[in-house]
Amino acid sequence: MIINGTEKDFPEGITVAKLLEELSLDPNKVVVEVDQQIVPKDEYRQKKLSSTAAVELISFVGGG
Amino acid sequence: MQIYVNEKALTIKEGQTLHDLKEEIKKDADVLVYNGFITKENPILQENDRVVLIKKGEMPSMEEMEAMLLSRHTPGVHEKVKNFSVGIAGLGGLGSNAAMSLARIGIGKLLLVDFDVVEPSNLNRQQYFIRHIGMKKTEALKDLIQECNPFVEVETIDTFLDESNMAEIFKDVDIIMEAFDNAVSKALLTNTVLTKMKDKKLVAASGMAGFFSGNSITARKAGKNFFLIGDGVNEARPGQGLMAPRVSIAANQQANTVLRIILEEEGE
Repeated sequence: MIINGTEKDFPEGITVAKLLEELSLDPNKVVVEVDQQIVPKDEYRQKKLSSTAAVELISFVGGG
Repeated sequence: MQIYVNEKALTIKEGQTLHDLKEEIKKDADVLVYNGFITKENPILQENDRVVLIKKGEMPSMEEMEAMLLSRHTPGVHEKVKNFSVGIAGLGGLGSNAAMSLARIGIGKLLLVDFDVVEPSNLNRQQYFIRHIGMKKTEALKDLIQECNPFVEVETIDTFLDESNMAEIFKDVDIIMEAFDNAVSKALLTNTVLTKMKDKKLVAASGMAGFFSGNSITARKAGKNFFLIGDGVNEARPGQGLMAPRVSIAANQQANTVLRIILEEEGE
């Protein structure tokens, strides 16, 4: 699948929650877009990703 | 032929120059703003030219004030900017600085939301002054806006924004600015707007701590209605603080993005 424009190898059907865990990203600090649709936070555990999915992950950092 | 003097329509004869107009209307004016630019030249006036005549040191009447405050704008900008409302979530380094820039450009309405009071450690990057310490940020910022552009409508809400109230509070504004300090609130507001308030434009910021190059703080279009400002990586943490220069760059990238959205210049 494509993550932030770069091809990455993850198993077919991996959930968004598992992907975030693999990438060490805090699910409370991200915005997840899959094939140009924002995934609501309460769907991270159910939403499975195909091997051709285009995933955009925006990870917020503190400060303002 | 019609021109605008201090934003009021005026009919003049063909061939009149800027100095002819000054002699006729305000002999003692020493700042001549011609179509948004202070000029020493004496151009022949053209249809729809905009002229503002100012005498340095003189306090204008409230009727003349608004035109004078905005006389350096590119002509035509103010009419558009005045029709927009912006909701600002968080009035710290990002929100207070962005709000002041939006007030200076004559935004129609600002909805300012924060729960906190001004304390001394805010003053290294936020717009507040010593005299504001202990005041609600909403009240302090309203006071500052009043002092630099009283023609901006300001509404304040003194509350902690969370999942239960965000959508309701910002339902009537045109553009929402995410200006929180903490990453969880930033992500929460962004997810809420992008999934539940799909008609709103959102301008968020992430990554402006430290003293890295200001050039790394960019503004990009990250979705149809989503604009993201910042370097994306430099978080506030022990050993890496937040300071006025980079925080103000990010805040003003946010304010400029709002202006570009209003003027339909946002691009891709």
